[in-house]
Amino acid sequence: MGLLNALPGAVAQGMIWGIMAIGVYITYKILDLADLTVDGSICTGAAVCTMLVTGGMNVWLAMLLAMLAGMAAGFVTGLLHTKMGIPAILAGILTQLMLWSVNLKIMGKANQALPASSYRVVVTQLHKTESLIILLAFCIVLIVLLYLFFGTEYGASVRATGCNPRMSSALGINVERNKIFGLMLSNGIVALAGSLLAQYSGKSDINDGRGAIVIGLAAVIIGEAVVSRISSNFIVRLSGVVLGGVIYYIIYQTVIYLGLDTDLLKMLSAVVVAIFLAVPYWKKKYFSKPARAKKGEDSLNA
Amino acid sequence: MLKIENVTKIFNPGTVNEKTALDNVSLELDDGDFVTVIGSNGAGKSTLLNAVAGAFFVDSGYIYIDDKDITRLPEYKRAEFIGRVFQDPMTGTAADMWIEENLSLAMLRGQRRGLRWAIHKSDRELYRIHLAQLGLGLEDRLTTKVGLLSGGQRQALTLLMAVLKQPRLLLLDEHTAALDPKTAAKVLELSDKFISEGGLTAMMVTHNMKDAIAHGNRLIMMNEGKIILDVSGKDKSDLTVDMLIEMFAKASGREFANDSALLG
Repeated sequence: MGLLNALPGAVAQGMIWGIMAIGVYITYKILDLADLTVDGSICTGAAVCTMLVTGGMNVWLAMLLAMLAGMAAGFVTGLLHTKMGIPAILAGILTQLMLWSVNLKIMGKANQALPASSYRVVVTQLHKTESLIILLAFCIVLIVLLYLFFGTEYGASVRATGCNPRMSSALGINVERNKIFGLMLSNGIVALAGSLLAQYSGKSDINDGRGAIVIGLAAVIIGEAVVSRISSNFIVRLSGVVLGGVIYYIIYQTVIYLGLDTDLLKMLSAVVVAIFLAVPYWKKKYFSKPARAKKGEDSLNA
Repeated sequence: MLKIENVTKIFNPGTVNEKTALDNVSLELDDGDFVTVIGSNGAGKSTLLNAVAGAFFVDSGYIYIDDKDITRLPEYKRAEFIGRVFQDPMTGTAADMWIEENLSLAMLRGQRRGLRWAIHKSDRELYRIHLAQLGLGLEDRLTTKVGLLSGGQRQALTLLMAVLKQPRLLLLDEHTAALDPKTAAKVLELSDKFISEGGLTAMMVTHNMKDAIAHGNRLIMMNEGKIILDVSGKDKSDLTVDMLIEMFAKASGREFANDSALLG
């Protein structure tokens, strides 16, 4: 069975998308910003890691620097948004375009090889099962760290910023700084996913990030649909996002296996995400009860 | 305690929508003053509160709290001194966060937020005691999402959050206007309680003249960006709604235009 044999690989690759989706979750769900920097910063992470490792650097250090590069990209988007008053979605698009040039300059050309046979890497498709275990460890550590962080005083203020900026300001929270920080954290994680992707696939390519935000959103949405009924615990929700990435990639592989024209895959992803984003809106618009349903709804004892 | 000195704010200057919201306003509050602010729509009541809170910077003039010039201080830094409750019950709380999380955010108003764990066991005890004062049973619902509460419950919670860490100044901006009469009365009663028990200095904007007379030790009336009446002490407690309407007509040269100020 070709499909079953492909499963460990699909799960591993899905987990990499899942890590990226955690980054998307931070901006899209926690900060309530649609950040399109992601399409560029995942490639930045891949490019930085590839060039540093092929240049002889230790892979762990290279991944750390890839992450910092992603954070720098998030910082730029944050400045464009908060200090220059550009809507977040446009700020992300501008940074993404800048990163296209930056990524080409990092790699020197449109793609670079990172063969696992020649360099020491952390994950590779040549050893799928080992890679799977390492990626699982990555996900667990990342989710636990984020859980701890968002439970701190500062982490709670970042959540409040996304939830209600006016209240946050009134409570002394620096909303602009928190947005910049959130964008940096998000894109740092996305770039980390990019560095893992480059190692796993043995190359980095200027087109690596195209449509990454859509995959990230798909993972977030699928994850939410799967785990939201189980628990609203933050760890469960983040695990759901990784699971969403894995499910997405397995579906993706299945569709390829079934012989769908691969040219149509991006169309398929976008349409699926569009429908999933529309469902809550339709529910609210056509299936909800009127807002002021019964008398005394406003009562203190409701 | 609070000193507003010749403050002017013009919205949309140089356009057809130009509006002088605050016209050379000066006002001084003493420690423990509870000032009610009335006036018709567009008189500058909320603008005055927002100018003090730092929602925007004023065009000219100065604002001091305890002799500290806060005129150019951003909103989030002024939060160290100021507790606020807004007209819209949705504005003052974070809907997706638990009651205890909202309280822990309020507990740190104006303080550095570090990497300490946000909520400790001992905090919860404290939150329960404070929530019990509201008399709404919220003390047993610490891990309920605030978004699930009614408007009145959220406004009561916002009020508690505004005074949880004692503010130098409490700003209430028509904070009962969006509530039904019974709920509004309850929230007003709680406001009185917190202000008198904490000895707070407070400003309360209201559309309701009766409330403006019944609460606080001082009343100011605004019209077209100016303070046209400022009464306190015995003069204030002797006021009636009719007298206020008459004073308004005399000071502004026109009838009090807002029905909602007369009713209720």
